[in-house]
Amino acid sequence: MEAMKETVDQSLREMRETFASGRTRSVKWRKAQLGAIIEMVKDNEEKMSDVLFQDLGKHSSEAFRDELGFVMRSATTALNCLDNWVVPKKSNLPLLFYPATGKVISEPYGTVLVLSSWNFPISLSLDPMIGAIAAGNTVLLKASELSPNASALLAKLIPSYLDTKAIKVIEGGPDVATILLQHQWDKIFFTGSPKIGKIIMAAAAEHLTPVTLELGGKCPTIIDHHSVSKDMKSVVKRISGGKWGSCSGQACISVDYVLVEQSFASTLIDMFKPVIRSFFGENPKESGCLSKIVTKKHFQRLSRLLNDPRVKASIVYGGSMDEEKLYVEPTILLDPPLDSEIMNEEIFGPILPIITLRDIQESIGFIKSKPKPLAIYAFTNDKNLKTRILSETSSGSVTFNDLMIQYMCDALPFGGVGQSGMGRYHGKYSFECFSHEKAIMEGSLAMDLEARYPPWNNFKLNFIRLAFRDAYFKLVLLMLGLTKGVRK
Amino acid sequence: MSKLEEAFISVIVDRSAMAKIFQMADASNLVTELRRNFDAGVTRGYEWRVTQLKKLLVICDKHEPEIVSALHDDLGKPELESSVYEVALLRNSIKLALKQLKDWMAPHKAKTSLTTFPASAKIVSEPLGVVLVISAWNFPFSNSRIGRIIMTAAAKHLTPVSLELGGKSPVVIDSDTNLKITVRRIISGKWGCNNGQACISPDYILTTKEYAPKVIDALKKELEAFYGNNPMGSKDTSRIVNLNHFDRLSKMLEEKEVSNKIVYGGQKNRENLKISPTVLLDVPLDSLIMSEEIFGPLLPIVTLNNLEECFGVINSRPKPLAAYLFTKNHKLKKKFTKTVSAGGIVVNDTAVHFTLPTLPFGGVGESGIGSYHGKFSFDAFSHKKSVLFKSFLGDSAIRYPPYSRRKLGLLKTLVNSNLVDTFKVLLGLS
Repeated sequence: MEAMKETVDQSLREMRETFASGRTRSVKWRKAQLGAIIEMVKDNEEKMSDVLFQDLGKHSSEAFRDELGFVMRSATTALNCLDNWVVPKKSNLPLLFYPATGKVISEPYGTVLVLSSWNFPISLSLDPMIGAIAAGNTVLLKASELSPNASALLAKLIPSYLDTKAIKVIEGGPDVATILLQHQWDKIFFTGSPKIGKIIMAAAAEHLTPVTLELGGKCPTIIDHHSVSKDMKSVVKRISGGKWGSCSGQACISVDYVLVEQSFASTLIDMFKPVIRSFFGENPKESGCLSKIVTKKHFQRLSRLLNDPRVKASIVYGGSMDEEKLYVEPTILLDPPLDSEIMNEEIFGPILPIITLRDIQESIGFIKSKPKPLAIYAFTNDKNLKTRILSETSSGSVTFNDLMIQYMCDALPFGGVGQSGMGRYHGKYSFECFSHEKAIMEGSLAMDLEARYPPWNNFKLNFIRLAFRDAYFKLVLLMLGLTKGVRK
Repeated sequence: MSKLEEAFISVIVDRSAMAKIFQMADASNLVTELRRNFDAGVTRGYEWRVTQLKKLLVICDKHEPEIVSALHDDLGKPELESSVYEVALLRNSIKLALKQLKDWMAPHKAKTSLTTFPASAKIVSEPLGVVLVISAWNFPFSNSRIGRIIMTAAAKHLTPVSLELGGKSPVVIDSDTNLKITVRRIISGKWGCNNGQACISPDYILTTKEYAPKVIDALKKELEAFYGNNPMGSKDTSRIVNLNHFDRLSKMLEEKEVSNKIVYGGQKNRENLKISPTVLLDVPLDSLIMSEEIFGPLLPIVTLNNLEECFGVINSRPKPLAAYLFTKNHKLKKKFTKTVSAGGIVVNDTAVHFTLPTLPFGGVGESGIGSYHGKFSFDAFSHKKSVLFKSFLGDSAIRYPPYSRRKLGLLKTLVNSNLVDTFKVLLGLS
């Protein structure tokens, strides 16, 4: 540990020196790094796919769609837009301040810490780094020890493609994170669970370090079967694809549970079965298209959730598990007890509870009774329901008639609210996430207003009152002595 | 007693003066009621918000004399400062909000791309819910020690925070400036603003050894013009807020190697909580007065051999809430605004940026997190919710398992948003 402490000290020192030298401020430098990230992913696509398969059993298509392709696109966007993003924003000042000018410039925070999660270890590491670099910061990455092969690959590749004096990688688990958090950072970006998010924020508070926390929650999916009946096949496909086709449900924006009217539940379940079979065949374990559960510990957690006898009794599809292969079959539950563990913590696995309601309108109240999730999904064409969902619930985001795809839309800020997180990124929001918006006002030394200065008197008070009201005409009258006072 | 309670209580000199102590149960009831009303949707409507803002305006309009009187009792604040910096500013802020609220509340369309086609997207501003505002002008809430305590408490509930803290706002004076105007604006921002007890008060001056005597002379002249030759008797400056802070400032003045550096002022009256406008020259950089935010009517001048050295001095210290520069030199202005990190920077004036609703007001590093004023206030208390509307058209098999090379190829082209390549793959040509 002493050696690790020394490494961290040294790394921080070097990054701070590099930042102070101004090298990372240059747009040229930033673009070079972003270009290098694209190159790094392109050159090593196969190696990256391999480690994702080793750590998570992720299929190369999933790996590309959710991680590698995503990162390349993100870096390309930043590269193409950076010249625009760095332009100062002009602010209009009231006439009274003429000829002063105002603007806001985005300046890098300085030295930034990125702590990423294990489920999308490449994209959740590189995407925030893209934002940090685009904004001109130096950055240190600690990837998750639960995806050790991905972490090791990043630790090997990043130094050979990027500027090692400004961009560093450290590997390790909670003990290393603890050492890192004892230091003062200019910004911390964390992706992970709310429980750890609290620890990170408390550590950041010691140094007044601003944080962005991308956490999780139970993302509900509302199915309003009345209004989407003719597209129900698509609905079921999309939900299945979103739940089981992306890291086996181990994603912060995965469908956690479904809300549907009682009358439609059994039809719905019957529609899921053939879709799941069409995706993963008769023996999903051997399909190669289903990611594994990341570790034994996580497997045991899911096992515990399912082994609650009342939950077990609600299994209507799947339920088989293989600890050695870290495999959990795509599983559907029908109305597990609402006070069971599985309905009170983020599932983060391939188990899908279906909760039935008398009327789909009740879904609003149901969602509101739980902590604010990262995403709410609703399959509906009912304008009224859409409006109610938007105005009566709160979540990081809302997607109608699809799932997860909001992640790909880089014009939309991606982030949580309440227990699901604070701050946001993607596209320009990544740049802003890692920038301090500095206000600049420039006044003129050419003229001065006596009314600004003591000793105070009624004239000056009236002048200033009028000035504040932008009552320019009355101001002129006052100065010409054509009016005495101001109605208070 | 929690650290938070201790910190709050430590500034109240006379503990017995606390009549009723606010307990946990009181807080619980308050929050429950507020949450209930929020959940009922009372505050969401445009009309409700407008009504509340208008009522605030009524307070400004009808009760200004009482506000001025209260501020005079609390701080000895001159009427003009209260009317201008407190009431008029507030009135303007409310009026701006009333004028722009509809715009601010409107959803903001966002572009979608080929990867999410066909879709439409928008960003909706929604209220965060139940919010706690702990206000300043009452010590010690404008300081970073308390900021840490607040943020640590907020972390337990993952509550986002905006922290408007403080710092030592430096003023750099270049010898090419218009000295009279410079000095008047510094005095106005320092002693004319709650007697230096403001988060953006100029804290200390940086100028060359050569220029310093001119600066001191100009300060003396203008200070006398503003406050007369008996500044202790002037009604145009606020007094020090309480004994705690009076003693804190006295301690700064009385420190060895500091007390002999006073070049103007230095008079104190503990009974009246008054300290006269005081200027010091070249106190030690590690003295108390140069290590903590002064928050009072003391203005140290630190001299440099060369004005360029100011960057080293400023950047070696915690980032301040504001940094000021007086110069006509374009190169220096550019370097300053680019390399000095502070909440906000004002060139050729002090403190006035506080009154501008079009500039975000907030700190960085030790001086704070988040910003407000104008639309930035609306944003500070909103969650920007992303909303994506998709249709059922174009449900492509490439999204779903079982995965294949062809699907992967198509995915790749889609991700790169390359229409030509996409068609090629679709047609099996690639």
